[in-house]
Amino acid sequence: MNKFKETMFKSITYVASLFTILALFGIIFSLFSEGIPILKIINFKDFLGSTAWHPTSNPPDFGILALIIGSLVVTVGALVISIPLGLGSAIYISEIAGQRTKEIIKPIIELLAGIPSVVYGLFGMAFLSPFLIKVFGIPTGLNALSASIILGIMVVPIISSMSEDALSTVPKSLREASLALGANRWETIMRVVLPAARSGVLGSIILGFGRAIGETMVVIMVAGGAAQIPSSLFEPVRPMTAAIASEMGETAFGSPHFHALFGIAVVLFFITFITNLITEFVFRKKRNQT
Amino acid sequence: MIIKKMLILISAGLAVLLLISACTQKSNTINTAGSTTALPIVQAAAEAFMDKNPGINISVRGGGSSIGIKSAINQSIDIGNASRKITKNETDLIDEKQANLIETAIAKDAISIVVHKDNPVTNLTLQQLKEIFSGKIQNWKEVSGFDKEIIVIFRDVSSGSFMVFNEVVLDNSKVKENSMRLASNNAVATAVSYTPGAIGYIGLGYVNENIKLLSIDAVFPSSKTAQNDQYKLTRLLYMYTSETPRKPAQDFIYFIISDEGQEIVEAQGYVRIMQ
Repeated sequence: MNKFKETMFKSITYVASLFTILALFGIIFSLFSEGIPILKIINFKDFLGSTAWHPTSNPPDFGILALIIGSLVVTVGALVISIPLGLGSAIYISEIAGQRTKEIIKPIIELLAGIPSVVYGLFGMAFLSPFLIKVFGIPTGLNALSASIILGIMVVPIISSMSEDALSTVPKSLREASLALGANRWETIMRVVLPAARSGVLGSIILGFGRAIGETMVVIMVAGGAAQIPSSLFEPVRPMTAAIASEMGETAFGSPHFHALFGIAVVLFFITFITNLITEFVFRKKRNQT
Repeated sequence: MIIKKMLILISAGLAVLLLISACTQKSNTINTAGSTTALPIVQAAAEAFMDKNPGINISVRGGGSSIGIKSAINQSIDIGNASRKITKNETDLIDEKQANLIETAIAKDAISIVVHKDNPVTNLTLQQLKEIFSGKIQNWKEVSGFDKEIIVIFRDVSSGSFMVFNEVVLDNSKVKENSMRLASNNAVATAVSYTPGAIGYIGLGYVNENIKLLSIDAVFPSSKTAQNDQYKLTRLLYMYTSETPRKPAQDFIYFIISDEGQEIVEAQGYVRIMQ
C-alpha cells in the first residue's frame, strides 16, 4: 500500500511538471506558427526596420520599429527611476536601518508589488497625467514620461527586495574587515558590500527590465498609443505589448494584421527570453563562486 | 490518506462541473459573443428577454467582432455580435467551411466628435475633420479656434469605430503620425476632458458634461439625425447567425429588433435602426 502511494505521488508530480513543459512548448509553437507567416507579406528587414505601422490602412504598413523603440524607451525610463529608488531603499534596509524600522519598511515596499497593474494604470490616467499637464504645460499627459514613472514605481519592489536579499547575504566579516581598515560606513557600502553583492543586484535589475517590458495594462492606459519614434519623453508612444493587446480583439483571424501581431509577440518573446537567459547566467556564476 | 481524500474531493468536483455543463448545454441556452461596442445592448436585451422567458438562459460574452464572427462561422456559439460587416477574409473562411451566415442589423451608433470644454470651436466640416485627423491642420487657430497644438486622439486601429472613421472621415488617407490611440470610449472621454488641445471621437452614449460635443457640417449627432442619415458618422451593429439558427436564438433576435428591443437600444445610448 505504502509503495503504491509512493509511486502514485511520484507520477502525480511527474505529470504536473510535464504539463508545465508541454504548455510552454505549446505556447512557443503557436507563437511561431502564427507569427512567421507575416514574413510572406513583408520582408524581415522592413518588418523590424520600418517605422510605418498602419495595419488597417489600404495598403497596410507593418513596420514595427516604432513599437520596439516605444517599449525600450518606457522600459529604460522605468529603470532610470526604479534603480536609484530600489537600490537606495535596499541599501537603507539592509545596511543602515535598525531592526524595527526594517520590519516596518520592508513589507510596505513589498506591498507595492501586490497592487494590480490596472490600478496603477488608473492612477496614471486620472491623477498623474493631468498633473503633468499642469506642471510642465505640455500638450498631453499620456506620454512616455508618465508611463516610465508608473512602470518605475512598479519595478521598485522587485529591485529593492531582491537587492536587499543579495546585500544581506554578504558575510559580516567583509564589513568588519573594511571598517577595521579605517573605511567609513559609506565607503564600506559602496566599495565592499555592493561589489560583493553585484550579481544579485544585477539580477534584480534584469528581472525588473523583464517586468517593465512585458507590462501591458499600464502602457495601454498611460503611454498614449502613438506609433512613432518619440522626439522627447513628453510625446506619446506605443509599446509592443500595448499594440498586441489592444489590436488583437477585433482583428480578423488569419489576416496579415493578425500575423503581424503574432510577429510582434515573437520579437517580444526573444527579448524576454534573452533577458531570462542573462539572469540565469548571472545567477549560475554567483552559485559557482560561493 | 490525505492524498486519497483530496483525490476523492477533486473527482467529486469534476463530476459536479460536468453535470453543470451538461445542464447548460440544453437547448434553452443561447450563447452569444463578440463586439464590445454591442455588449451593453446585448446584455440589457438578454436580461429583459430572460425575464419574459424564464426557461431561457442567455450567455453574453465580449471578445471583439472578429471573435464573434469566427465563432458564429464555427457554430460554437448561436449569435456572433459585430460592430462591422464581415471582411473578405471571413467570407473566404465561410466558403471553405461551406457554411452560410445571416446578418441582422440590430442598432445604429453615432460617432461623436468631442473637444475640451474651453475650446471655442463649435463646428467642423467633414473636410476639416479629415485634415485634422490626417495631420494637415496642426493648430486650432487654422479652424478659427485658439492658438494651441491639436492633440488628435484615435480609438485603437482595430476597433469598429476606427474602421468607420477610416472610411467616412479619412477616406483612407493615413492617420496623423503622432496621433494618440486609446483603448476605450471612456479613456478617450477622460483624456479629452483634461487635455486642452485634444479632439477625439466616442460613441454617442459616452458624451458627458465634462467635454464639448461638436457639430459636423452644422449637424449635431442625435438619434434623429443619425436615423435619417443627416449626420454622416454613423455605423450599424450586427448579429450573425447560421442559416438555420435554433429557435430561442431566433426569438432573441426578433425580440431585439422589435419595438420593445429597440427601446432598450435607445436606453443604452444607441440609435434605433428604423423610425
